[in-house]
Amino acid sequence: MTKLLIKLYRVILAVTILALGVVAERTGLMELLSDPYEYPVIMELFIQHLYMVTVSMLFATVIGVTAGILLTRKRLRRYAGICMYIIGLGQTIPSLAVLALAMSFLGIGTKPAIFALTIYSILPIARNTLAGITAVPPELIDAGKGMGMPPIRILMEVEIPNAMTVILTGFRVALIINIGTAALAYVIGAGGLGDLIFTGISLMQTDKLLAGAIPVTLLALFADFLSELMGLLLVSKGLRLSD
Amino acid sequence: MSTLRFMVDNFEEVLYLSWEHIWIVGIALLIATPIGVVLGIVITKYEQSASRVLNGANILMTIPSIALFGLMLPVLAIVNMGLGKVPAVIALVLYSQLPIIRNTYTAIKNVPPSLVDAGRGMGMGKWKLLRELEIPLATPVIIAGLRTAAVMNIGIAAIATYIGAGGLGVYIQQGIARVYPEMIVSGAILVSLLAIIVDGGMALLERLATPEGIKVQRKLSR
Repeated sequence: MTKLLIKLYRVILAVTILALGVVAERTGLMELLSDPYEYPVIMELFIQHLYMVTVSMLFATVIGVTAGILLTRKRLRRYAGICMYIIGLGQTIPSLAVLALAMSFLGIGTKPAIFALTIYSILPIARNTLAGITAVPPELIDAGKGMGMPPIRILMEVEIPNAMTVILTGFRVALIINIGTAALAYVIGAGGLGDLIFTGISLMQTDKLLAGAIPVTLLALFADFLSELMGLLLVSKGLRLSD
Repeated sequence: MSTLRFMVDNFEEVLYLSWEHIWIVGIALLIATPIGVVLGIVITKYEQSASRVLNGANILMTIPSIALFGLMLPVLAIVNMGLGKVPAVIALVLYSQLPIIRNTYTAIKNVPPSLVDAGRGMGMGKWKLLRELEIPLATPVIIAGLRTAAVMNIGIAAIATYIGAGGLGVYIQQGIARVYPEMIVSGAILVSLLAIIVDGGMALLERLATPEGIKVQRKLSR
């Protein structure tokens, strides 16, 4: 039964890849990609997309992790609950709405888009940092204290390494959402691969559309893979073994 | 203030677009729920396929929504349905699968084995166990999955405006195209409000669906 299913799965996979190839040829995608005038344009949009994602993720990671750590400190801990609630509420706001609001206050262009992407990506990172550090077993922190560690060393050597898996999950979610939202940033005049997709849809030009949609999808899948790889690098061996 | 003025002036249209938005999301959830729940239950019985199905749903979720619309367009254009509500609903159904399948799977996996044993001891068959023990205990978690899916779908349905599905995203799209800030802001606020309200409503439903016994147990363990 299961063997049959696996076989079926492989056949479906093969057929899909074949179909994708046929679609790529038929819609003129291959022609578009090999066009010496179109190719640099697509590359430029791709780099623009990557730039938006990188810059906003850099800001969001720094701000989000810092905010998450600060909220677990003794003095600010009582605000953690209310902040979690606000973050949860913020996450229900659709990405397009955040972009649209950023545009109506800051105007069009790359800067408002990066601002909106940053704000939207902070939420999952901050939330997971907060949750991850809160979930560190108190006996580990006690052990650190008993060994005479000052609070900063407890944070750097006990709390953060133990919370790393959860923080990375937040980072991964933020990154994937960020890549998808950056594709929408075209509508507020920020360029990126969304340019090709939206133009392709409104002109019903399948080749252009696919030239945008396929790279964005691959970028998201690659980012997913990359964050998994980061987990291998950043999460300590002992924690990985216990899983 | 002028935003509020805009919403009051176009009250009928606001209602119509909200209804359209709710309709798209509702239909998608109605289709997605049985598929997701059944798949989730099936993979608890066929353990080997579980990681594969979950991985597949995870990959689907990773695809950016506008890219998925784009990828589906040429395929659905063959049957003349590349634009409009049909591709929007299909995309929403696909995106809903991960939260629904994952929550169903983990919920049924987490039913305490002692309870399953007790049920078996009372002479329950496989079906009866599923129907009278596992599903009722898993319902709150399944509804939590539906809640995630619903909130996410409201956001994606707003994007689906760009493939002609209508809904509240129309205000954002048209507002940007016409440089009409009041329209953009009302669209953004209305979509966000809708998401927040649905989130709250589903949370309430989650609480209602929790069996009395579990509530008592939770109180006691506190």
